[in-house]
Amino acid sequence: MEKKHFERPIIKKLQTGMPNKFGMKTEYEPISEIDGASVKELVANYGSPLYVMSENTIRETYREAYRAFSTRYPKVQFAWSYKTNYMNAICNIFHTEGSWAEVVSGFEYDKAINNGVPPSKILFNGPDKSEKDLEKAIKHGSYIHIDHFDELYTIINLTNKIKERPKVAIRVNMDCGIYPLWSRFGFNYENGEAWEAINRIMLSKKIDLVGLHCHIGTYILAPWAYGIAASKLADLAVAIEKKFNHYVKYIDMGGGFASKNTLKGAFLPGSDTCPTFDQYADAITTALINSPINHEHLPVLMLESGRSLIDDAGYLVGTVLANKRLPEGKLATIIDIGVNLLFTSFWYDHKVTPAQQFSHHTEDTIIYGPLCMNIDIIRENVQLPPMKKGDNIVISRIGAYNMTQWMQFITLRPNIVLIDSKSKAHVIRGNETPDNIMKNELVPEHLKKFEL
Amino acid sequence: MKLKKKIAVSETGFIFDPTTGDSFSLNPTAAEILNLLKDGKNEKEIKKEIMAEYDVDESTFERSFLDFMAMLRLYNMIEEHEEN
Repeated sequence: MEKKHFERPIIKKLQTGMPNKFGMKTEYEPISEIDGASVKELVANYGSPLYVMSENTIRETYREAYRAFSTRYPKVQFAWSYKTNYMNAICNIFHTEGSWAEVVSGFEYDKAINNGVPPSKILFNGPDKSEKDLEKAIKHGSYIHIDHFDELYTIINLTNKIKERPKVAIRVNMDCGIYPLWSRFGFNYENGEAWEAINRIMLSKKIDLVGLHCHIGTYILAPWAYGIAASKLADLAVAIEKKFNHYVKYIDMGGGFASKNTLKGAFLPGSDTCPTFDQYADAITTALINSPINHEHLPVLMLESGRSLIDDAGYLVGTVLANKRLPEGKLATIIDIGVNLLFTSFWYDHKVTPAQQFSHHTEDTIIYGPLCMNIDIIRENVQLPPMKKGDNIVISRIGAYNMTQWMQFITLRPNIVLIDSKSKAHVIRGNETPDNIMKNELVPEHLKKFEL
Repeated sequence: MKLKKKIAVSETGFIFDPTTGDSFSLNPTAAEILNLLKDGKNEKEIKKEIMAEYDVDESTFERSFLDFMAMLRLYNMIEEHEEN
């Protein structure tokens, strides 16, 4: 007779008096496949931990966002936010969908060029552009989004030695009725600083003002705030037309749309509270179309969404290293994914799902990473079915920022694979080797020998 | 290592502790182990029965059993000293 499947024995105290009126179900549907690729096989072939990206999800999400905007506004252009995920294969998926590149450093600028993005389709943002970066961007005809007056004057000075006319936009910060107010980037709208910058650009006669840019924050749950921002940029565009008889080519609303991840401390899950692309699109396009901008000179609506386009497409697959019982009776599960690989676990309660079948019995679990550090906590409280050493888990919605803000700490960074539309896995960044890390290290001669 | 006599265990995996009024739920493996404990079986006997019935190796069973007993102790269900 075949023996029964053994599940670790668990006892759970039944709590009364705290019913969940929303009836949110505990996570006990396993994720055994990602886009048709078996999780167990992926781990066997590419190791654990393993980043897995879904090409299908990226394309579907992008098309959904593009549809939401392009059905409401005649001229829409997305620019892929490199800092959100600048794996070349990922960037190229967006480029094949028609996205330009939005970069925030010389390194990212070179990456976009190497990926084959025409320089005239690169938006160069950020507070740190060296004179060399600016010179390169001007010569190549990229769009430079000016962050501060020092940058503006550097560009004005560069026009004395470069024959190409710089194409610039200014980044504008403003009060959109939400908190926190991101005032550190760009020129302020309310105190007239943005208008001052525009005047200086226009009066210099050496620079082409082609756009107006804002980026009101991150994980913005209030679509109406974008409507206010779009109205304020439209007012600036109209003022430019009135005073200088000049039309800006584009209005760039930046990014900051929320993803379906759940922020720590949120009462409801992100999948319930995250606005749709249609809601953001409705707020922005309504504000632009209803603005006093001359309808024959409607600017292109530029969008730099990152997180909302890529978060859902990323998974981090890991393995249970150990279970231990904490003195207060709580179960601690240690997995091979630490905060070094999942930076976003500092602000999200990520969805953690076992990769194999389990019963409906669950335990309140704290998930620790493998780093020998107290802060290495992936989830502080999660109801999970019993798992044993060697079992696999899948962490969902990790596509944004984790592959750019990851840290090489006490261990090496793992493979990243992309699952294509035919369920085939492609390594898009190989796992690091000790040599990758140590080849740049130098030991002075007097420290090379020692006796212990 | 005996279950306290007053602890009521149902075959379907519910426990009631009349001294505290607390109720608990068990998964099927835990219910089976608890019923064996209630019948006065020791660890060796329980291991033999579970390993005969379930697809589990000795070390996995022992680790699980240790953890389960720790939880029973935490919930004060184990008779720490043999009654005279």
